[in-house]
Amino acid sequence: MNNPQLDRDGNLKHLLSIEGLPKKILNQILDTAESFVGVAEREVKKVPLLRGKTVCNLFFENSTRTRTTFEIAAKRLSADVISLNVSTSSQSKGETILDTVDNLIAMHADMFVVRHAQSGAAHLIAKHVPPHIHVVNAGDGRHSHPTQGLLDVFTIRKYKPDLHNLRIAVVGDILHSRVARSEIHALTTLGVPEIRVIAPKTLLPTQVEKLGVHVFHDMAQGLKDVDVVMMLRLQNERMNGAMLPSSQEYFKTYGLTQEKLKLAKPDAIVMHPGPMNRGVEIDSTVADGEQSVILPQVTYGIAIRMAVMAILAGGSPAGASA
Amino acid sequence: MTKNHKTASTSQLPNAEDLLKILAQKIHPLLQENTALVGIHSGGVWLMQRLLILLQDSIQKFHVEHGTLDVSFYRDDYSQRGLKAENRPSQISFDVENKHIILIDDVFYTGRTTRAAMNELFDYGRPASIALAALVDRGGRELPIAPQVVAANIELDANQNLQLVQQPDNTLTLALIHQNDNTRT
Repeated sequence: MNNPQLDRDGNLKHLLSIEGLPKKILNQILDTAESFVGVAEREVKKVPLLRGKTVCNLFFENSTRTRTTFEIAAKRLSADVISLNVSTSSQSKGETILDTVDNLIAMHADMFVVRHAQSGAAHLIAKHVPPHIHVVNAGDGRHSHPTQGLLDVFTIRKYKPDLHNLRIAVVGDILHSRVARSEIHALTTLGVPEIRVIAPKTLLPTQVEKLGVHVFHDMAQGLKDVDVVMMLRLQNERMNGAMLPSSQEYFKTYGLTQEKLKLAKPDAIVMHPGPMNRGVEIDSTVADGEQSVILPQVTYGIAIRMAVMAILAGGSPAGASA
Repeated sequence: MTKNHKTASTSQLPNAEDLLKILAQKIHPLLQENTALVGIHSGGVWLMQRLLILLQDSIQKFHVEHGTLDVSFYRDDYSQRGLKAENRPSQISFDVENKHIILIDDVFYTGRTTRAAMNELFDYGRPASIALAALVDRGGRELPIAPQVVAANIELDANQNLQLVQQPDNTLTLALIHQNDNTRT
C-alpha cells in the first residue's frame, strides 16, 4: 500500500494524519520533541536546523493558536516563516489552492503548513508538490489534526509515562473533532489499553466502537477511575441544526466540574485542546485547577511542531538515500 | 548504500580504562573555581560520569558543575542526513556565563562535533573559556580545532571507525569498525 506520508525508505516525508504512521515514527517524533522542550528554556531559544529554509503557513481557515505555535516552532528552528491567511487573499479572487501553492513554490518555499476546512486538502497539496517539498497538515475539516494529537500524547507521556497502564477518557463533541480521531489512533498505536469516549449519541460518529474505544453516555460511569480526562471543545461553528438542547443543558450533563472530576483517579490530569468554552464543556475552577495541564499542552505543542518540521526537513533530498 | 561492518581485532588498541586514568590525571590541573565539565553524547557522557568519581575531591573543593550535550540540532550534515532517530535532550542546568568549560568527547576526529558543541554552548550563554579533552585523537582533522587534553594519539585510515563502547558493568572499551561507507561523522 502506498503511504503518501513516508518515502521509499520509510522515513517521514509529509505529516498528513496519524493514521498510517508506524509506532517507530510516532516515537521518533515524541522523543525528538523531548529534546526541543529544553531549547525553549535556554538563553537563546533557537537551533540552526532550518536555517535558510522557508516555511509557508497556508491557513485557508482561521486558527490563531495553531498558526502562532507553528510560526514560533519554525522560527525557533531558524526558518523564515510566511503566514498567509488565504481566506482573505487570492482565494476570494478565484485562485485555486494548487495555483496558490505553485506560486509559493516559485518563490522557493520548502515546507507548507496547511489548514483547511475541507478534509483532504493537505493530501491534495502533498500529492501535487515536487519531492523536496514537505507538507504538514494543521487540521483539515473533520478528518485529522495530527500535531494536536501528537502534542496531546506527548503531554500524557510527560505526566503519565507508563502508557501501557492508562485509562483515558475523551469527553464531548467526538463527531466534529478532528483532534479526537488523531488522538485515539495515536494512543492505540502506542499501546494505551483503555480509551473511553463520553458523549451524547448525537455527538458520536456512527460505528465509533470500530476505533477501539469504549462508549459511555454518562459522565459518572465514564470518568470512574480514569488517569486522563481529555475534554473537547463544543464545536458550535461546525454544528448544523439542533444537535443539543442548549449549552447550559450540555454543561449540566457533560461539563467537567470539580464534583465530576472527583470520580476520576485523584492524580488524574485534565486536558483541553483549546480554545475553551468556559462554563460549556469545562468549569473555570477545573480549567484553572491543580489537575489542569491545559497550558503545558500549549508549550509542548511548540516542541512537537519543531520535532515534526525538523524530521521532515532533514536528510535525503530528492530521493537520495542517506 | 549498504554498510558492510566488520569488527577488527581490538587487541592492538589501548585499554580504554587505562586511558581514562591518564585523562583524569591530565584534566586534574585544569580544575579550578568556576569550572564545569560537559560530556558530549554518548561516549563523552560515559567518560564524564567516570571522571566525576575519579576527580571527586577537586570537584567538591571547587564546586565543579557538570552537564551533557547532544549536538544533533547543530550538526553540519543535517541537510544530507537528517536527524538521527535517537537524540537526547542536552542538559545544562548551570549558568554557562563566565564558566571555564571542559568539553569531554571520546574520539576526536574531524572536529565537526566539537564545532557543533561550541555553537550549542554559546546558545546557553557566554563562557569564559572552552577546552576540549578527548580520550583518543585519531587524526583526520578538517577544522582548525584541536583538543588541549588527550590520553592517546592513534593514526587511523578514513575507512576505520573508532568507537568507545560501554559494557554492561559500565567499564569502557575501544572498538575498531571497518566500514565501506566512508562518510565521516
